[in-house]
Amino acid sequence: MSDKILLNSKKIQIILQRLACQLIENHGDFSNTVLIGLQPRGTYFAERIASILRDDYHVKNIKLGKLDITFYRDDFRRRDEPLNANSTEINFLVEGQKVVFIDDVLFSGRSINAALTAIQSYGRPAEVELLVLIDRRFSRHLPIQPDYKGATVDVINEEVVVVNWSNDTLSDAVYITNKKKK
Amino acid sequence: MKTLSVPNLLGIKHLVKEDIDLIFETADHFKEVINRPIKKVPSLRDITIANLFFENSTRTKLSFELAEKRLSADVINFSASGSSVKKGETLIDTVNNILSMKVDIIVMRHPDVGAHEFLSRHVNTKIINAGDGTHEHPTQALLDSFSIRERLGDVAGKKVVIVGDILHSRVALSNIYALKLQGAEVKVCGPVTLIPKYIESLGVGVETDLRKALEWADVANMLRVQNERMDIKYFPSTREYTQLYGVNKKLLNSINSEVTIMHPGPINRGVEITSDVADSDQAIILNQVENGVAIRMACIYLLASQIKQ
Repeated sequence: MSDKILLNSKKIQIILQRLACQLIENHGDFSNTVLIGLQPRGTYFAERIASILRDDYHVKNIKLGKLDITFYRDDFRRRDEPLNANSTEINFLVEGQKVVFIDDVLFSGRSINAALTAIQSYGRPAEVELLVLIDRRFSRHLPIQPDYKGATVDVINEEVVVVNWSNDTLSDAVYITNKKKK
Repeated sequence: MKTLSVPNLLGIKHLVKEDIDLIFETADHFKEVINRPIKKVPSLRDITIANLFFENSTRTKLSFELAEKRLSADVINFSASGSSVKKGETLIDTVNNILSMKVDIIVMRHPDVGAHEFLSRHVNTKIINAGDGTHEHPTQALLDSFSIRERLGDVAGKKVVIVGDILHSRVALSNIYALKLQGAEVKVCGPVTLIPKYIESLGVGVETDLRKALEWADVANMLRVQNERMDIKYFPSTREYTQLYGVNKKLLNSINSEVTIMHPGPINRGVEITSDVADSDQAIILNQVENGVAIRMACIYLLASQIKQ
């Protein structure tokens, strides 16, 4: 394997704690804030952040949802492979709330663009912020930047940043791999 | 990543089990979409769909149009009455004229069996069958199975009886194909004159006693008697038909098991089904209508995904 480890589980734990603290700094008791993990991979990350807020910082009433953006993507019919949807679970009102989108890797910004459209189907948020674990700089197609980021990486387009979440957190890892050649 | 195995939705006969699974998975997501405060997604904003109805329709036409609009497609509607069809234009000419206006998908209902198959061989577009004569009505069968799955958890292993005018029913044939493909047991029940001669070759049982059929079944799909397609008299009177093949609360209460009642509509209340059954919790008729929009969104979405930019 020519995969290069960017972050190991220890570093990821430190980053998650920092991101949780930054969220508390800006959102207090989270009474007007909702966390939305973006399907498919942002949802694992969002669950991690939510559990740290709950267990380590005793924030009660964390509202956590999952948003699928498949039907809002701008590359429908433009990809070789069809897009299959994931589930959306938003069991609370978004109207007037501060929404924090949570995703693992920010690359072109197109997913976030789709998510900004998708979230409006659930109401008009007071504001929307973006939290990502990895910010791939210099690869943006749209003027979208994260409000909170775990780490910044510079990789070439042919490489993929993969975030691996494990059940016990001990094998969490972020690594760079080459795109699969067909 | 999954896609449908067929380029058009002409009938359930052409589908494989994986296609139905994919349509249901996609429809689950669209059902969530149509229950949001804003029920629209922008997926098909650059797709134009023509609904060609050469035969009367209320709910299917509305359901398709709503599904298309919920997907943000541009929609044009055509009905045979008041069109150039009356002036002698052929089907291929009509469709080609519509296609030259840059239409991507055709949804068609036609009174002739096989009209869609014929069209698919002569025009280059995506075609969805919204009913062809007495042959197939695939989206109805899909929404029926989807509704069974929703109510009973699964279609496989369930016992479904289709009651009524099997001979003239495209809903019956598409349902038989769909249910068998998913591993359900199927029986048809009705007057012998309204049951096709070789129906058993499709792997379905025949029962002429409604009580016995209902005692056997988990689900009963009640069909309307299609008087408009009958060239001769198939049973002595509507009153006699109702007595023998109409379902009412008294009959259902006398049966030990709880049978889920379905109806593709339009209902002839008091003929094949009484109001106290149609409006009861045992019936999932309105769920079928709601699911129809989600199923049609899924079919359109999956076929549209095959049209490359």
